[in-house]
Amino acid sequence: MKWLGAALLGGSLLLPPLFAGDFYVNLASQILIAAIFSLSLNLLVGFGGMTSLGHASYLGVSAYISALLTTRYGFGHGAAAFISITGTVAVASFFGMIALRASGLGFLMITLALSQVLWGLAYRMSNVTNGDNGITGLTRPSPFGLSLDSPAAFYWFVLIVATVAFLMMTIFVSSAFGSSLKGVRDQPRRMAALGFNPSLIRWITFVYAGFWAAISGLLYVYYHKYIHPTSLSITSSAEALLGVIAGGAGTLGGPAVGAALVLLLKNYVSAYIERWNMLLGLVFLFIVLVMPAGIVPGFSKLMTTLRGEPR
Amino acid sequence: MQFWIIQGLNSLSLGALLFLLSSGFSLIFGLMRLANLTHGAFFMLGTYFAATALRSFDWLNIWVMALVAGVAVAALGGIFERLVLTRLKANPLGQVLVTLGMSFIISDACLILWGGDSIPVPTPRGLQAPTRLFGFVFPTYRLVLVALAIAAAIILYFLLERTRLGAMIRAGVDDRQMARAIGIPVSNLFTTVFCLGAGIAGAAGVLGGPILSAYPGLDADMLPLALIVVILGGIGSLLGAFVGSFVIGIIYTFGTALFPELAYIILFLPMIFVLAFRPQGLFGRVSA
Amino acid sequence: MSDAFEYALEVINLRKAFGGLTVTNDVSVKVRPGERRLIIGPNGAGKTTLFNQISGDLRPNSGLIRFFGADITHLLPYRRAHCGISRTYQIITLFAADTLEHNVSLGLLGLKRSRWQMWRPMSFYPDIRSEARRALDSVGLLHLAERPISDIAYGERRRAELAVALAQKPRLVLLDEPLAGLSNTERSTVKSLIASISRDTTVIMIEHDMDTALDLAETVTLLNYGRVIVDGKRDAVIADERTREVYLGT
Repeated sequence: MKWLGAALLGGSLLLPPLFAGDFYVNLASQILIAAIFSLSLNLLVGFGGMTSLGHASYLGVSAYISALLTTRYGFGHGAAAFISITGTVAVASFFGMIALRASGLGFLMITLALSQVLWGLAYRMSNVTNGDNGITGLTRPSPFGLSLDSPAAFYWFVLIVATVAFLMMTIFVSSAFGSSLKGVRDQPRRMAALGFNPSLIRWITFVYAGFWAAISGLLYVYYHKYIHPTSLSITSSAEALLGVIAGGAGTLGGPAVGAALVLLLKNYVSAYIERWNMLLGLVFLFIVLVMPAGIVPGFSKLMTTLRGEPR
Repeated sequence: MQFWIIQGLNSLSLGALLFLLSSGFSLIFGLMRLANLTHGAFFMLGTYFAATALRSFDWLNIWVMALVAGVAVAALGGIFERLVLTRLKANPLGQVLVTLGMSFIISDACLILWGGDSIPVPTPRGLQAPTRLFGFVFPTYRLVLVALAIAAAIILYFLLERTRLGAMIRAGVDDRQMARAIGIPVSNLFTTVFCLGAGIAGAAGVLGGPILSAYPGLDADMLPLALIVVILGGIGSLLGAFVGSFVIGIIYTFGTALFPELAYIILFLPMIFVLAFRPQGLFGRVSA
Repeated sequence: MSDAFEYALEVINLRKAFGGLTVTNDVSVKVRPGERRLIIGPNGAGKTTLFNQISGDLRPNSGLIRFFGADITHLLPYRRAHCGISRTYQIITLFAADTLEHNVSLGLLGLKRSRWQMWRPMSFYPDIRSEARRALDSVGLLHLAERPISDIAYGERRRAELAVALAQKPRLVLLDEPLAGLSNTERSTVKSLIASISRDTTVIMIEHDMDTALDLAETVTLLNYGRVIVDGKRDAVIADERTREVYLGT
């Protein structure tokens, strides 16, 4: 039953470029990019028990490095991508060391403060980042000489990356290390008594989550061909967090569903309502008060009840 | 020399505002274990109230305005705490998310009501003339702010150390379970402290108006500063908030004046140092 | 190797205070390899706090802790596990949603290099699985291996907790109230399990239920208000007047 569902979902992901217009194909690409970003955050929040409000830092840093290297310093996309990813992973390693000196709310506050600092830097250092104007005129890479400028071509590219991302993150959380991560999330003292090093386990996860956020940052900047400090803002981190929580933190696919919903909401709603932030705030209140476990766990619970299985 | 004096006083007045902002935040975190991300928005509400009220009604006094705004924001905070936060007692993550959501709602509401332009707040007429001391010229209002912060610190100190309410708050900060067990009405205490914190933030917003002006994004500028103050100074510690505020005020002001592009980096360096060697902050009693 | 050391564990002048309250007051305890020591004392005597300092969950204010001659006073908890110290807790801290086998396997993983493996799930390691099953068998719980902890009776969970602690073949195991909350039959099962622990493992136990626990003990340490009151062979401690004072006196 589960495999059929997965196959149907997988199949439906192949449909957009074949049947839908450009607008929808582009929307689908955006959804996949947001999904990778939320899934990377889920490694921290859902599986690691570390709630971060600064995850957009890594998406933004990666995007900015790539943008700057390709426009200002004439780097090719391959080299720029490599440097972006390594640079972002370095930032994540450093930030992780600082933030993990605390846990719980302290950790949250530190990730928020660090991320706001980066955001402030992006605005202020205008001779580097172009400040509020953002960096325009970016191009998409051409892997193996194939152009990614058409919506369909870009979509296939993103789909491949998203599939790899999803598989690798799933393997990660299901592995022996993943079991130790979940253990540290639930019972850190006991895990330490068993011989696991909770600090190191958390830090490694933090860096790995930063890695996939960096990947999503590259896809983000390739898609938009533009980067602006808002991508580093707390709103950006909050949207990802909402996606994780609405979809179901700690589930494998939930955050992807949540990210899709947040993006769809944003797209459709901004046609009618100017104040997205206010709506985002209200959605936060709604989700937390009404559906704290998220949609995917709620749905699977529903399925279990309908099937009449004992819980 | 005048440059250093001006920047020095600017640092102290920023520090004063930060103290008013972060003392509430620290109390709320210390007692309720809640990182109140709405705090910046509460501050900004005060500034916007001041901007409108003081420009429309010439006869209004900034001090009265601070009091009125403080009460209004405290009331808003109280309603929010009772309606939303109390439902989420077992969900600390949820509490953080709703305060974040609330801050988005308030900041967008301000944008709708007051538009996107920066609105300056007039300095109280009596304090517009500069003060001359030792041959140097000091903007009077900023001096007054520093004095106010010191006064507030003393009042808060007495509140916490010498009153019954304060004793209950301190007990709750140290050990919430025990406090409940010995009959302290923790739930009401939470609401009181939240209102107090929000009210002080709102009043601080009014007082900060002449210096900062009301503009969209003020909350996003102030909140991380308050966060860094509390991380640096230690959660639940009034002394930490006091020392931290002025340290950050000095670093931020001089940093922005001397190295405008790197001000943010200079800001978070002390935070890193402190965290590396004392994760509970300089004076923290509660680990984060 | 452990025969070369006179003492498996030495606690020397340990002191721990929380604010104004001294919970561990100049405590010194010496336990020989293979010994069965029972730590008793009224509520609040500081027994669990002492355990927490031995396992590394708490840092003492002053004093020394030596494990087979090595100074472990400031060693992080997870490193102590690698030295061969294992413990159980007053409140069961097994992972309720996971199966019994998973819990024991996770316990075994803690000391293995494969815990850093980010590719293969734990279930892919046949040696861990068989070790886990053997550990479960030794406590008579093999038939429940596939059941989630939440489905297992409390007494069986206690046994499972013991299985996890012993699976790593520790040199020292700290049992914090292993008999708490058990019915009479369950108590005798767990008791015989503890009695059957190999002599390669030193056992230090905290227990309230003195009648049952005393059978298992060779030596006893009596704590009160954070101090060691009496310390020595079991029968001597039972007969000691000070013991009676602590439990029956004012």
